[in-house]
Amino acid sequence: MKYIGIFLTATFVNNMVLHYFLGICPFLGISGALSTAIGMGFAVIFVMTLASVSTYLIYYKILIPLNLPYLQYVSFILVIASLVQLVEMFLKKYSRTLYKALGIYLPLITTNCAILGVTLFMILKKYTFLESIFFSLGSGFGFMLALLIMAGIREEIRGNDIPEGLKGPGITLIIAGILALGFMGFSGF
Amino acid sequence: MKDFIKGLFSQNPIFVLLLGMCPTLAVTTKALYGLSMGLSVIFVLFTTGIIVSLIRKIVPSEVRIPTYIIIIATSVTVADIFLRANYPEISKALGPYVPLIVVNCIILGRAEAFFSRHNIIRSILDALGMGIGFTLGLIILGGFRELLANGTIFDIRVFPNWYPNILLFSLPGGAFISLGILIGIFNSFKRKK
Repeated sequence: MKYIGIFLTATFVNNMVLHYFLGICPFLGISGALSTAIGMGFAVIFVMTLASVSTYLIYYKILIPLNLPYLQYVSFILVIASLVQLVEMFLKKYSRTLYKALGIYLPLITTNCAILGVTLFMILKKYTFLESIFFSLGSGFGFMLALLIMAGIREEIRGNDIPEGLKGPGITLIIAGILALGFMGFSGF
Repeated sequence: MKDFIKGLFSQNPIFVLLLGMCPTLAVTTKALYGLSMGLSVIFVLFTTGIIVSLIRKIVPSEVRIPTYIIIIATSVTVADIFLRANYPEISKALGPYVPLIVVNCIILGRAEAFFSRHNIIRSILDALGMGIGFTLGLIILGGFRELLANGTIFDIRVFPNWYPNILLFSLPGGAFISLGILIGIFNSFKRKK
């Protein structure tokens, strides 16, 4: 039950995009069409879970015993960057279909702050190993959910008459604000 | 001099380039937090600019991105430890958004697009211009939100006491809406010019 709670909290209440403002760049950039949003969403869930598992092991099994927690940021970002490379090479070799679906999004993920953000929150909130897995899965799903809703809305308003200055990022941000207000309902305001 | 000025207005990282959105939205509940975040980013941009432009001829181009990332991460660690030691309250309020400067696209973007191609003096000017432009953006957004949410700027009362505090603007939703409105104003202002 505890794990389901962590998962749902990470997905809805503390949504990565709409509550912590992480991963805004892909959120604004890739939410133009539904099909790309789905690909990006799955790529993020996949890498996020792998990243939190590996950084968890590195932090608690290597950095803490050696008393080097200040190397946290340097090692985490390197692990994430190399992990993305590894996943890309692995998929290219063993699963052409998956590579075709996720391939072009993988390089973009290195600079997605949601991934590093999840690993930092995991340390900050002192989650155990299993809790971290559920937390990162939930965060990944939350990211995809926000991306999908946004892409859907943006497809709908494509032909609408929007004031000149607000076109593009302006109106997207205002929609995101209203979405964030809606998501606040999950935390029981 | 042109390298310095362009970051302030015509290529402002927040309002025009739309870079570094995550800390922009997260830490601007108050003008003061915006300012401290901006100063940390200026520091990181400044040190990264110096180091990258100094080593730009030594680093082979295949491994340049990982090299930049390590330089940035080291510099961010220094800034984070400095804040934690000297300003624990601000460090607590900014939370994980200081370490997240590592993945802030402004810094890697400038390292790749500018520092690695220009000499140290131009790189420093560009770093300072971009950093100050970013800080200005943060202070404007932070001030806007603080003013509407609490009636104060930098904790100094601006609106009279009977001002009904609009809580919305200190919440996440208000952050998105304020930034959207400010970008809209900035764009229409730019177009008229």
